Amino acid sequence: MSAPTMNTAGQTLLEVDSLTMRFGGLTAINNLSLNVPGGKITSIIGPNGAGKTTFFNCLTGFYKPTTGSVRMHHPEHGPLALEQMPSYHVARKAGVVRTFQNIRLFPNMTVLENLIVAQHNALQHASRFSLAGLFGRAGYKQAREAALTKAEMWLTRLKLLDIADLAAGNLSYGTQRRIEIARALCVDPLLLCLDEPAAGLNPRESAELNELLLYLSREHHKGILLIEHDMNVVMRVSDHICVLNFGNKIAEGTPEQIQNDPNVIKAYLGEDEADEKEAA
Amino acid sequence: MGQLIQQLINGLTLGAVYGLIALGYTMVYGIIGMINFAHGDIYMVSAIIAVTVLTLLGSLGIAAIPLSLLITLAVAIFFTAVYGWAVERVAYRPLRGSTRLAPLISAIGMSIFLQNMVQLTQGARVKPIAALLPGGFELFTQNGFTVHLAYTQILIVITTVLLLCVFSYLITRTSFGRQQRACEQDRTMTSLLGINVDRTISLTFVLGAALAAVAGVMVTVYYGVVDFSIGFVAGIKAFTAAVLGGVGSLPGAVLGGLIIGLIESFWGAYLSPAYSDLGTFGILILVLMFRPSGLLGRPEVEKV
Repeated sequence: MSAPTMNTAGQTLLEVDSLTMRFGGLTAINNLSLNVPGGKITSIIGPNGAGKTTFFNCLTGFYKPTTGSVRMHHPEHGPLALEQMPSYHVARKAGVVRTFQNIRLFPNMTVLENLIVAQHNALQHASRFSLAGLFGRAGYKQAREAALTKAEMWLTRLKLLDIADLAAGNLSYGTQRRIEIARALCVDPLLLCLDEPAAGLNPRESAELNELLLYLSREHHKGILLIEHDMNVVMRVSDHICVLNFGNKIAEGTPEQIQNDPNVIKAYLGEDEADEKEAA
Repeated sequence: MGQLIQQLINGLTLGAVYGLIALGYTMVYGIIGMINFAHGDIYMVSAIIAVTVLTLLGSLGIAAIPLSLLITLAVAIFFTAVYGWAVERVAYRPLRGSTRLAPLISAIGMSIFLQNMVQLTQGARVKPIAALLPGGFELFTQNGFTVHLAYTQILIVITTVLLLCVFSYLITRTSFGRQQRACEQDRTMTSLLGINVDRTISLTFVLGAALAAVAGVMVTVYYGVVDFSIGFVAGIKAFTAAVLGGVGSLPGAVLGGLIIGLIESFWGAYLSPAYSDLGTFGILILVLMFRPSGLLGRPEVEKV
């Protein structure tokens, strides 16, 4: 089995405090505060350009927030300021891993290699800069076995085992999405950030994704932060939803609360239609 | 017939040296997509270090050939690796994330700097050393022409083949190799998976420099003369070899090196020694026209 994920269910994992991101005169995120609990699914929704992906970029070291802080409460390493870390520490130390809207696999590597690369820290440690690997030391063999076992587990769970040896770049879109999630899982994240994982999936694949997300949060206690436009996914799996519009948080709550929130309806349908609906 | 075989032997030896340098080129190009023009000068630095160490060992009275060769290799690899690391740190890393052209210019600057530094500190004159590994086999004599196979030639070809095998294994099978290929394909994503990209790139430069160091020592032992300017031409030819074989492919680099070595020695023997570079670079032009991805390179297919 994979290294046991620390059970952080219910505790606040990610604490976003008055985060603001400006690009020149454009405020992409305005004073956003948000708590993301471990072991639960938190969705971020909002119209295009609301600042959702910018938020992810602030989490993973792409952008330095203009003001505010993003703190990860790691059960072992304590509170970590994500915005001050080099991006490789975000995954390695803070346990935050993300996927991309436009898939970013290593296209010339096999599916299995993609998953093994994600586990390289353990391997590198055991292999002592590849020397132990060359000489076949026992510790390295063990680490390699462990890496393969973990990869195999996620490949099986995500129905990718048959294609493990094919080049990742040649596979279909839906499959590549699953590989990207499997690869992220191989890092053993505490918090998995998925940027539109349902985009481009057919209804059957999207139903499978729902099932997978619920399984990961319930059985593996992964905290999941989800950006998604597909409301079938969002409303079915989310424990908590945060709605952004033009960089501002306009609503937050359970799926039921969000579905009935007048501000959200306004943001999605526009002022007039919302009025008509109220009138009717 | 005799001369043909002799040129074949000479060409393969020369090609093996180009191949060694090209291996370093191709690794560095693979990982950061930048032509490291200072690579040839790193090789020159190694050759100068080799002369220094061999002279020193000679004056200390250490005469055992395998021992002095090993010591020279170790010292040259160590110092050259430090050079490789420093060049990346000083000239390329600060420019990462800037335009593609910036590190290229910086590399040319580094190349000029290294040449001038060695010229200033070591002097411009050609430095000879006594043959470390003289002698060889006389294969056969035909019409008064004796075909020689020197021990150094055997040494150089075997070293190149061995290092090609070791590095191919390193890249395809080890954790470091996977990490390196990941950086090659998507640096951002690699870093988001928890891999220290800067360190991987540094290590690649160190390994590339170590390969150049081996080439530098081999050339010193083979020719016995070295000066500050040998890096430039060797670098350009090794670069041609890397392009010919397919940039990014290790066997391609060695194959390209061998082809260039052969062209050079046959052109020199049968056509004109003064214009042997014409053949080398003519081939480069032809390859770029008809097979831009090189002999063993993977053609870039853009999905639309």
